Amino acid sequence: MISLGKMAIYGVVFVLALLAAAKAHDSLFAVSAIIFALASAIAIIVTARRTSFSTNVAQAVSGDEYLDGVVRAGMIATMFWGITGFLVGVTIASQLAFPALNLEWAFTNFGRLRPLHTSAVVFAFGGNALIATSFYVVQRTNGVRLAFGNLAWFVFWGYQLFIVLAATGYLMGVTQSREYAEPEWFVDIWLTIVWVAYLLVFLGTLYKRKEPHIYVANWFYLSFIVTIAMLHIVNNMAVPVSFLGSKSYSLFSGVQDALTQWWYGHNAVGFFLTAGFLGMMYYFVPKQANRPVYSYRLSIIHFWSLIFMYIWAGPHHLHYTALPDWAQTLGAAFSIMLWMPSWGGMINGLMTLSGAWDKLRTDPIIRMMVIAVAFYGMSTFEGPMMAIKAVNSLSHYTDWTIGHVHSGALGWVGMITFGSMYYLIPKLWNRDGLYSLRLVNWHFWLATLGIVVYASSMWVSGIMQGLMWREYDAQGFLVYSFAESVAAMHPFYVIRAIGGTMYLAGGLIMAWNFYQTVKGNKRNEAPMGVVVKAA
Amino acid sequence: MDYETFRHFSSSWGLVYLFSVFIVVVLFVFRPGSKKQYDETSQIPLKRD
Amino acid sequence: MLEKHERIEKSATLLFILSFIVVTIGGLVEIAPLFYLKNTIEKVKGMRPYSPLELAGRNVYIREGCYLCHSQMIRPFRDEVERYGHYSLAAESMYDHPFQWGSKRTGPDLARVGNRYSDKWHVQHLKNPQAVVPESVMPSYAFLANTDVRTDDAAMHLTANVRVGVPYTKEMIENATKDMIAQANPDSDGADDVKSRYPKAHVRDFDGNPKRVTEMDALVAYLQMLGTLVDFKAYKAEDNLR
Repeated sequence: MISLGKMAIYGVVFVLALLAAAKAHDSLFAVSAIIFALASAIAIIVTARRTSFSTNVAQAVSGDEYLDGVVRAGMIATMFWGITGFLVGVTIASQLAFPALNLEWAFTNFGRLRPLHTSAVVFAFGGNALIATSFYVVQRTNGVRLAFGNLAWFVFWGYQLFIVLAATGYLMGVTQSREYAEPEWFVDIWLTIVWVAYLLVFLGTLYKRKEPHIYVANWFYLSFIVTIAMLHIVNNMAVPVSFLGSKSYSLFSGVQDALTQWWYGHNAVGFFLTAGFLGMMYYFVPKQANRPVYSYRLSIIHFWSLIFMYIWAGPHHLHYTALPDWAQTLGAAFSIMLWMPSWGGMINGLMTLSGAWDKLRTDPIIRMMVIAVAFYGMSTFEGPMMAIKAVNSLSHYTDWTIGHVHSGALGWVGMITFGSMYYLIPKLWNRDGLYSLRLVNWHFWLATLGIVVYASSMWVSGIMQGLMWREYDAQGFLVYSFAESVAAMHPFYVIRAIGGTMYLAGGLIMAWNFYQTVKGNKRNEAPMGVVVKAA
Repeated sequence: MDYETFRHFSSSWGLVYLFSVFIVVVLFVFRPGSKKQYDETSQIPLKRD
Repeated sequence: MLEKHERIEKSATLLFILSFIVVTIGGLVEIAPLFYLKNTIEKVKGMRPYSPLELAGRNVYIREGCYLCHSQMIRPFRDEVERYGHYSLAAESMYDHPFQWGSKRTGPDLARVGNRYSDKWHVQHLKNPQAVVPESVMPSYAFLANTDVRTDDAAMHLTANVRVGVPYTKEMIENATKDMIAQANPDSDGADDVKSRYPKAHVRDFDGNPKRVTEMDALVAYLQMLGTLVDFKAYKAEDNLR
């Protein structure tokens, strides 16, 4: 009966989406509507094939068993979107070095591919990693199955549909021009629906838990889900030109719009890329090291101070702009204070290994997690520094910002995700270990060196760019034209693309390792950390 | 209340208020008897696979 | 008291509500005052809503992601003011839904690019940037010259802007499509109406192809008015300290 009801709902959605496509105000909206219709058609077919219409067959209800299928699917999605996102990143990095790679085609221009890159890595790669690991962690730390039956599967597929709608939109030029919130109003509404379902599954699972206490990793995941919901709704308020059209105008304008967007933008970093992944750290680092977190007390102080302070930091993206000074000062002050809780968290993560430092030598997965936390510490030091107005006057608008973002994103977000995935993959597919630890080691070094190459080239080019723009000669004239500063960037853009390629190569090695592990293969190799005696 | 007084108030008493909230949180976390409970809670991830 | 904190750690609802309250405070304190503090937006002379053709050009600018490499926000530094012109005011983006301040200068700031180059330069540059600026890493936007701008829904765009607070008049909305076409056809009957409804608007055949009104016309019309509206002779910075 339930599946009949579901199929009816999908059917109605299918018809409505087709109608929307037929009556669309513009062709871009029509394409999105057709994608939506296709997705509901697939949902109908899949539901129908799964449904047994005979009443005699007893439904196999798996009471308290974990729902891990959706976590497995999430791992595959994370890997897939990760590679996609890194590849698009390398592509646009190369376009800046060699503009001919824009191919003189609207769909492959830098301006359309850049949102594709940022959304693919942040929301598709990072988002799938967060959803999948949160579903895993909330079940383990509470000893119960995910709440609301298969709603978790709706969250998973609904989220993939969001990614596809957003990505196809970017290529066609559907964008709100709000950085990291580019999808237009109709895609935003769809994401809101999926996100509410996600919150329900997560909270519902917490409600029926068997443990008296809620483990701190769940606090971070919960605050990430709640805050992203708030940010997403407020930042995307807009009035569409037509209810069957792809274009909308944002509710706020100018200075208010700018602060709303960067309040969102910085907390996409603070809650999506930090709080969520800290949840990951607080579960997977203790798990892989097989010892509890260094200080549980510190983790609680870390939690409350981090979520309180992050939300104020947005205005540092608008230093010296037309935003009133008081707001800039407030933003700078909280950004600098944010250094403390961030380092509290870093110390807590690193010190979890105290007494087990030897594992760094033998366990490349631990090594990956440790370098992730180290990069977290580095970029949360760099961030507050760049939020100081004097530093920002040089760094803003330059590649330094890009370097900073990537040391956080590639170093912290990427590495903690890889580490957690290497832990999870054998567990989820019931294998007694990864296909190869040596390949993890290769991945580790390629990624780490890739980040170093990337970040340092961007530091040099960013600071150089900033200094060239403000250089005066003895007569009091500006020394460089803007075009000269662009030309000076070229070698660094090439080096950056090489760093990115190394990181992508590491990702491809991981995908191979993943695939072989799932197949149940084991690579014949010497174990890690064993000193081979000379013959 | 004009802007200047408001700003002055928030950067003096506002700061004191936020700092005392922070101190209260820290005291809470270090309250007597919390250690046992936190030790137990921190073991949760290691209990199940 | 002590049991209370334990309750937070035990109750998902409390944790949910408390963390929500904690994360709303910062946003409320910072964003809300911007809407009611009178001095957030300076008092200036000359600001007007975008003409329909400029608005269409602005939408092309957004669609192609120009904001990813070009800022529209000149900071009050000596080098920026010399390079780009008077520092940007909040008032200059008061009708910008959404704002286009940008965050990166892979290319130069465009806040005051209006009237700096000829239409011909812009068209050439957009078609083949490296032909005009050899060092440039900008992609080609030649396809804009072959794409007709959509004119039939101009009134709908203006209406949506009215809903978010832009003061377009009834007359402007009624004549939206006509104005859009007329702005790129200086010899047409409606050309003078565009000038009177939208002061300082450029009325020209921007892309050098008088037969069509293309997206190139729209984008160049937008670029040529950027940063030209405010009358800085009448602007007193000391009256607008914030």
